[in-house]
Formats: sequence, structure tokens, C-alpha cells
Amino acid sequence: MKILVAVKRVVDHTVRIRVRADETGVDTANVRFSMNPFCKHAVEAAVALAEAGHSSEIVVVSIGPRQATDVILTGLAMGAHRGLLVEAPETLETLAIARLLAAIVAEEAPDLVLLGKQAVDDDSNHVGQMLAGLLDWPQACFASAIARTEEGLEVTRERDFGQDTVALALPAVVTADLRLNTPRNTALPMVMKARQKPLETRPAESYGLDLAPRLTIEKVTAPPERAAGQRVADADALAAIIVRERAELELN
Amino acid sequence: MAILVVADHDRGMLAPSTARVVSAAAALGAPVDVLVAGEGAEIVARAAASLNGIARVRLADAAALRAQPAETLTPLLLRLAGDYTHIVLSAGAVGRDVAPRLAAKLGLMPVTDIIAILGPDRFERPIYAGNAIQTVHAPQPFQVLTVRASAFRPAGSAATSASVEPLEPEGLPALVRQLSEARTEGDRPDLATARIVVAGGISVGSAEGFKMIEALARALGAAVGATRAAVDAGYAPNDWQVGQTGKIVAPDLYIGIGISGALQHLAGIQGARRIIAINTDPEAPLMKLADYALVGDLFEIVPLLTARIEATQG
Ligand SMILES: Cc1cc2nc3c(=O)[nH]c(=O)nc-3n(C[C@H](O)[C@H](O)[C@H](O)COP(=O)(O)OP(=O)(O)OC[C@H]3O[C@@H](n4cnc5c(N)ncnc54)[C@H](O)[C@@H]3O)c2cc1C
Repeated sequence: MKILVAVKRVVDHTVRIRVRADETGVDTANVRFSMNPFCKHAVEAAVALAEAGHSSEIVVVSIGPRQATDVILTGLAMGAHRGLLVEAPETLETLAIARLLAAIVAEEAPDLVLLGKQAVDDDSNHVGQMLAGLLDWPQACFASAIARTEEGLEVTRERDFGQDTVALALPAVVTADLRLNTPRNTALPMVMKARQKPLETRPAESYGLDLAPRLTIEKVTAPPERAAGQRVADADALAAIIVRERAELELN
Repeated sequence: MAILVVADHDRGMLAPSTARVVSAAAALGAPVDVLVAGEGAEIVARAAASLNGIARVRLADAAALRAQPAETLTPLLLRLAGDYTHIVLSAGAVGRDVAPRLAAKLGLMPVTDIIAILGPDRFERPIYAGNAIQTVHAPQPFQVLTVRASAFRPAGSAATSASVEPLEPEGLPALVRQLSEARTEGDRPDLATARIVVAGGISVGSAEGFKMIEALARALGAAVGATRAAVDAGYAPNDWQVGQTGKIVAPDLYIGIGISGALQHLAGIQGARRIIAINTDPEAPLMKLADYALVGDLFEIVPLLTARIEATQG
């Protein structure tokens, strides 16, 4: 099968971000960017399927600024075959991303689209579900295991009560959770090889879609600070505090 | 016009989140209906009908809705959308699955993980693992929303129950077949809405060790949580994970045991009123954030705490 993997360039998950003083957003000047962790799990899942003989072509696509080439290269270094950068402003909403991906799916005709379940910047958790909706495809979100079957796929999903396993026919959309796999590290030779792989760049406008924003972000603020705490001497003192706190709860 | 809340339920029980989503929806300023979609969900519908502040319950009972799949719920909600201005779900597994799919079908942006409702089209939602809060204005003709149940107080029960009106959910597509479920069985309260949460980290060391955490939770009537590291190690089930990618909790009291306090974990406990931390390392971020911090070995402290608390119940 042919697999399309969508990946996003985000502020690295280890960076402690700062809200801009003018409340217009988060300060992203001079911070490290990398591939969204969940997208790495999606790429790893695609490469694992190819290594198991279930896929012969993996296309990795990113929609974003020119610098997003870096995360496509990461995907190529991990084992994807071909890259596509759709150049667009970072501020595109998830609906616009899903519409662009639907147009790319129409051109590329993959059997499976793999994405991360959410991006660690806006924490939206939208795009996979939106894309599946636009395509009228089945979706298996928050996947922690994927198996290829004759019928299509069997996917284990993380649910509020634990996990379940669902069967779905292809074509389908699957979004990756963190327990799906352990993404491989990319050694320098793989990164060098990735530079030789085909990487096409296209402007988002060339798809002729309505990408206009629906929402306005009025402001972005820091969460309220918590009051300073205190050190407790020993377990007995802590037990007394817990008993007191709980008694207060019962009154309220 | 009116607002439609989609009820959360599981195995014939209305989830505690629904009462909170109903109270959030009431803040949108229009009458609230509740949709119960499932198989054999009559009892759930009656439980929903007793919530305060709702106009009516609509019951969609069909075999295809048993596991509440997004591919089946979305067309059902599209049929009902004409009667409403907002469709509101909780930001749990079902809501996260359905809301974006539904919004895309309507050509709209969903607004998800809402923690405050400022008006019918103005909301607050966290980004960057809760390290920033966005105020979003959504001037759309229709809104598809998910709310974090833990951020809202539950609606009480009504003096007289609302009516339950059955729908005829025929001809709904079923694209995904559920093969099996692996459930975490236990007697602890619902994590996402619990008033007290006792959570353990990787240093609890084993599934056995989590029995000790559970014993403290039981003594307190608390729910049990875990870090991603503890879940990944197989010490705790995945549905106990608290954080950016797990459950979001907002208890009155959160007790974090052997947890460093990585920003992805802290994302899940920002709404906690009081935080207690137990850790050998006084410099751990959770220790610095906590209202009460005790430096020490969890294996010595936790059994002592459990014994002391059990002794006070008399
Ligand atoms: C994209 C992404 C999403 C993530 N999402 C989540 C999430 O949703 N939830 C989550 O929890 N994590 C999440 N993580 C992981 C997170 O970054 C941390 O790795 C994790 O929370 C650490 O778990 P921990 O505190 O159990 O372990 P550690 O960070 O290893 O901390 C263990 C702590 O135990 C203390 N300790 C050791 N021995 C003892 C003892 N005997 N008694 C008392 N204390 C002791 C240590 O001092 C230390 O502070 C995510 C990470 C990524 C990259």
C-alpha cells in the first residue's frame, strides 16, 4: 500500500515557552524547532509497515514555512521515500490544513494517511479526524498498535476506559499516540541520504482552496501563577494536612 | 435556537462529565438539549433527563452506535444540527474523535478543550501544554465545541425530569467494526472528575508498587493517576495517565508521589486547587510547585500516610 504521512514543525517539546508581553502570542524567536513528537510516531509506524513488506511507497508531507523542510528531511532520514512541502503561513487553521491534505490525497491516492494525534504547540487534536471527515474515510485515532490484515487494518486505540481494537477497511486515516512505537534515531549517514531523495515544494495557493481563517485569537496570556508552597516536616505532619484538607472538602 | 450536548456514557452509565458539560453549555445562553446516542441507552437517557437545566433528552438507540464511532455519530449529528446553534461535547475520547470530523463536514473550525466560556462565540482554551491560554473569537454561523469537563461545576439534579424523545436513527453508516475492548477494572472513582487524585510516577517501580498507591487512594476515596513514564513501563494502565496527552484533572486535592513534574504532566493538573508532592528530590519541579512538599522516600511515607488516614476514619 501507499502511505502518506503528514508531519508538523513545532517548537521543540523540551522548550519552556514564554508568552509575549503584548499578549499577541508565544515568543518563538531563537527557540529550537523540531518535528512534533506525535508525527515522529506516525512516520515510524509507516516505515515499520514498509519494513514488514506492507508498503512500497511512503510520502511525507508538511504544510508550513520553508523551514518545515527540516522536518520533511527528518521523515526522509527515518525511511520515507519522497517529500512534499506545501508552503503556507504558520497561522493556517486546522480546517485549512485538512482541506489541503484532502487535495493532496486526491492527487497522491494513498491507501493510508498517518498523522500524529495532536501537535504540541496548539494541542488541537483535529487534523486526522477532519481529513477523514472530508474524505468520508474511516478513522482510527489515538492508535497504540497497528496491524495489517486482509481486510485492511486492525488498530488498537486509547480510550477513556482503557483500550479497544477496531477493524477498518482501506483507505483510512490513523492518528498516532505515543505508545504506538519508539521512533528511530536518525544517524548522520541517513540524514545525508535523505538529501538525495526527491522533495517537491508547492505553494498552498496553487491548490485553489478556501484557506481563510474562521477564528480570531484575541489574546494569548500566561496561566495564573500558583502561590508559593511550604515544606512539610514528616509523614505525620503530612497525614494531618491531608485529613484537614479532606475535612474541608466534605464541608463544601 | 438551542444547544445540543452530547452525553458521555459507558456500559449503561451516564458519565460524570455530562453534568459538567451541561452546566458549561448553559453558559452559552440558550436552552440545552442532551443527545444520548448508543445501544440500549434508555437508562442513560433517563439519568440525563434528571439533570438540572435541560429542555429535553433525545435518545438515538441503534446497534451501530454501541461503541459511539465517529463515522456513525457524525452523520447523526449532521441530521440534528439544523435544530441548534451549538453542538457541545466533552473533551474525552469520543468528543475528540467526533467534534473535528463533524466541524470539517460543516466547513467550520471546531473550538476544543474549552476551559472558560466568555460568550456564545468567545472561549478560552489552553495551548502549549497549558503554558499559555488563548482567547478565541469564533464568528461562525454554527459552533462545534468540546469542553474540559473538569473546568466546570456539575449541574445538579432537577426537581422534575425532562422528557426523553426517541429519534429514529436509521440508515447510519458503520465504517469501523469494534473487535474487542480491554478495560481497566477497578473500584476507584472517575479520574477526570474526581475531587481527590493520588498519582504515582515511574519511581513507584512496579505494578505491585501501584497497589500501595491504590491503597492510599482507597483510604481517601480518591481516583488513581499515573505519569506517562509509569504507564509506558507497564506499571499502570493507559487510562490512568494524567497530562498533555492523557486525562486532564482538576481535583480539590492532588497528591503526586515520586513524580518529577515534567511540563507535559503539569499540563494535566493545572486546575488542581491544592497540590501535595512527595519526592526524594527537593528540586523536582512538582516539589517547587506544590502547596505542601514532603522530601523523602515514597516507600516509607505512603504506607505511613495510609495507616494514619485509615486510623482517622474510625
Ligand atoms: C509529547 C509528549 C507528551 C507527553 N505527555 C505526557 C503526559 O500526558 N503525562 C505525563 O505524565 N508525561 C507525559 N510526557 C512525559 C514527560 O515528559 C515525563 O517524561 C514524565 O511525566 C516523567 O514521569 P515521572 O515523573 O514518573 O518520571 P521522572 O521524570 O523520571 O521522575 C521520577 C521522580 O521520582 C523521584 N523519585 C525517585 N525515587 C523516589 C523515591 N524512592 N521516593 C520518592 N521519589 C522518588 C525522582 O526524584 C524524580 O523526581 C510526555 C512527553 C512528551 C514528549
